[in-house]
Amino acid sequence: MTTDVRDDAVREALGSACDEVRDPGPRDRVDGVEPGLVARPTSTEQVAEVMRAAAAHGLSVVPRGRGTKLSWGTPPRSADVLLDLGAMDRVLDHAAGDLIVAAQAGTPLQEVQRVAAGGDQRLTLDETVPGGTVGGVLATNASGARRTGFGTARDLLIGITMVRADGVVAKAGGRVVKNVAGYDIGKLLIGSAGTLGVIVDATFRLHPVPPSSRWVSAPVSDPRHALELAQTAVHSQVVPAAVEIGWDGDAGQVSVLLEGRADGVSARVDRLRELLGAGATDDARPPAGGAAYPWDVTASGDDRSTALKLAFCLSGLADVLAAASAAGASVRGSAGSGVLYAALPASKALDATSSAVTTLREACLRHGGSAVVVDAAAAVKQAVDMWGPVPALDLMRRVKDQFDPDHRLAPGRFVGGI
Amino acid sequence: MTSTGVDAVAELAHRLLPAAGVVTDRARLRTYECDGLAHYRVTPALVVIPEDSDQLAAIVRACAEQQVPYVARGSGTGLSGGALPHAEGVLVVTSRMRTIREVRREDQRAVVDPGVINLDVTRAATPHGYYYAPDPSSQQICSIGGNVAENSGGAHCLKYGFTTNHVVGADFVTPTGDTVRLGGDAPDAPGYDLLGAVVGSEGTLGIVTTVTVKLTRLPEEVRTLLVGFESTDQAGAATSAMIAAGIVPAAVEMMDALAIEAAEAAVQCNYPDGAGAVLVIELDGAAEDVAAEYADVERLCAENGSFEQRLATDPTDRALIWKGRKSAFAAVGRISPDYIVQDGVIPRTALPEVLSAIAELSGSSGVRVANVFHAGDGNLHPLVLFDDAIEGAGEAAEKVSGAILDLCIEHGGSITGEHGVGMDKAKYMPRMYTDDDLDTMQLVRCAFDPAGISNPGKLFPTPRLCGEVPGRHKGAHPLQEAGLAEVF
Repeated sequence: MTTDVRDDAVREALGSACDEVRDPGPRDRVDGVEPGLVARPTSTEQVAEVMRAAAAHGLSVVPRGRGTKLSWGTPPRSADVLLDLGAMDRVLDHAAGDLIVAAQAGTPLQEVQRVAAGGDQRLTLDETVPGGTVGGVLATNASGARRTGFGTARDLLIGITMVRADGVVAKAGGRVVKNVAGYDIGKLLIGSAGTLGVIVDATFRLHPVPPSSRWVSAPVSDPRHALELAQTAVHSQVVPAAVEIGWDGDAGQVSVLLEGRADGVSARVDRLRELLGAGATDDARPPAGGAAYPWDVTASGDDRSTALKLAFCLSGLADVLAAASAAGASVRGSAGSGVLYAALPASKALDATSSAVTTLREACLRHGGSAVVVDAAAAVKQAVDMWGPVPALDLMRRVKDQFDPDHRLAPGRFVGGI
Repeated sequence: MTSTGVDAVAELAHRLLPAAGVVTDRARLRTYECDGLAHYRVTPALVVIPEDSDQLAAIVRACAEQQVPYVARGSGTGLSGGALPHAEGVLVVTSRMRTIREVRREDQRAVVDPGVINLDVTRAATPHGYYYAPDPSSQQICSIGGNVAENSGGAHCLKYGFTTNHVVGADFVTPTGDTVRLGGDAPDAPGYDLLGAVVGSEGTLGIVTTVTVKLTRLPEEVRTLLVGFESTDQAGAATSAMIAAGIVPAAVEMMDALAIEAAEAAVQCNYPDGAGAVLVIELDGAAEDVAAEYADVERLCAENGSFEQRLATDPTDRALIWKGRKSAFAAVGRISPDYIVQDGVIPRTALPEVLSAIAELSGSSGVRVANVFHAGDGNLHPLVLFDDAIEGAGEAAEKVSGAILDLCIEHGGSITGEHGVGMDKAKYMPRMYTDDDLDTMQLVRCAFDPAGISNPGKLFPTPRLCGEVPGRHKGAHPLQEAGLAEVF
């Protein structure tokens, strides 16, 4: 049985559940899939009402923030309702003395940073795609250069409110950093691509904004050299906030971010320059290309590069870079964490792309990691294994079945067709 | 019926394990009747002490087949009764699984068995210039497996986080007896972060059999400062001033007058005379930064009324400062025959208000309370003192202890910062979470342990019936989802 999403009963049910329900426009497609209707709630209660209405009418629901990373993952099998959280865009609380901030899911990360900056604080989660929201960053587990020094969303999120597939509102964690009461549901939701529940608000720990920061960079000529410099940086005593690498296949650059008090940073810059050798330079600005993804985040459809996230143990860096050269991938990312991003040009032939993904994945697997295709043109997504081996997939399915037994939420967007 | 099940598990254990690894004798079973929270005691029906993960998995599989409940136990130092045995169940003790398998400096990783002692990981990493950051007070005896179950913290989690921030992968035996890999050696394994749910789940989701931990670079410089204040208010204000100045010390610990008195009596730590409160402040990092921060901390403490500051200049001095703090729980035994160690969390800025409310509670009830806490992150450890020989004293102390948790909840905090919920605080969970919140957590339980045999009765006040998953699937058939079948 299929419900016609646009039939009057459905429209009425959704309309009474939330302030704004409208027909989709061209910008509402979810990786090529046309949603039935767009619902734009303004409160947690409205999100719950929408989910209850969706459950009553057997509708699938795909949550969206600003849609900056909505094409990531596999396209949904269906998207009867696009749940647009863009109207829930308020910072709920900034308790500077407690170093915490709480914000609704649709709040742009930039807005959170603006508010936190009022107390000389920051949420140490780098914005990797301009305009992204708190909910979107969590759902995709996006992270940037500072993950080496400060960790990722899982290290910074301390409380979360979600709406379940059945419309039940649930909280986990709280407003204090130290808290071991109950299961850490927040960690399950991070990176879950909207498949377990709708994130409606989140509370994070903050860090003071360091008064001074400086990048020290050194050119690297081959993968062994890159490994050597990255190892020098991570084992040094200069407390790096980031250890980044850019690699274009023949050459690259290792860049280390030092943050802290001005006198401390300047002393550490001197020490690190000495450690990294004669070619090292320092600059207040990030290296060219910064810590951004090596692909064009504004490209869509068939213009999209094949974008990968590569994870590996630190000592595997040289091997992974060599694989990237062999695969014709340009690479950027955190050599200090063992997480790099690789891009294969959209123009690359399908079978060449497919074998490049295999080359990269084999290198990552050799070093205890994984290679996930984050985004790509539709044909690539259909042709390659996006995720590679996923240990404990059966257990993940059981979690999904408990949280969303009807597979209503973002169906098909995640590992193993979840 | 249950005893038949236990007998079947015992029979298997006898076949698989050496004689010393199976305990059935009543007197010896009783030595396992409690963990670090000694006022709950239950004698288990059977104790098994496997030597490797295959044996452990086989035992759990047998429990699953026989529907026999089991409880995992590491060193048994937990303070919430999380490892309290089940009278009709099996206690699975990991203390013979104590091999440190790998220390890989180049990857900043160590791979260890669950029974490995926390401090031994640091000892193994230190020659490489690294250590394992989570440092619960019991780190000389507590095990990594127990740390994973409880998401243990320690004095330094203000800056470095808890177990969950330092465990990246684990081999894990589910309550259905399957062995799976969670997380990985590398970060960000694809799929749900099941490891994130398992860490801190208090043994209710399964048992880890190998743990991959992140190692942290030993800091170049460490400065430990002992500061005496006339009152906890002053010490609290100094802490706030540091945070406001953008300083994140590795640790900021506070003790009040009664806790100081106890520590002094027990370990002669030579804390400042007549102090109403002391702060133990530790700064670590690169030498230049620590020196600059130290100057600020010194000034901010003085501005907030400190009357004595003592900098530990060598490891012996530093150890003495920490000895007073780390022995505080045991030390109150010197000033009171019995005591309850409470563990609650408040937003740090609520400290003065909550401390005066605790003082009021203590005054009106006549129950003495010594305060030891992680001031940096608002994690309180009030020690509620009583004499069990006096009729009703235990109940009065329980009442005060419970009221302190209510204060934590009222101020937006938590009923436990690091000791866990276990047996002890399951009844308080509904004060902190709604029925819907708890029901949602139990969905995870149902996914991992539908039969409810892994550490039943802990964490949640009432179990949830997991039942069958409704068969109404929208969209793809599971086979199609799995990529095993196409729909034509």
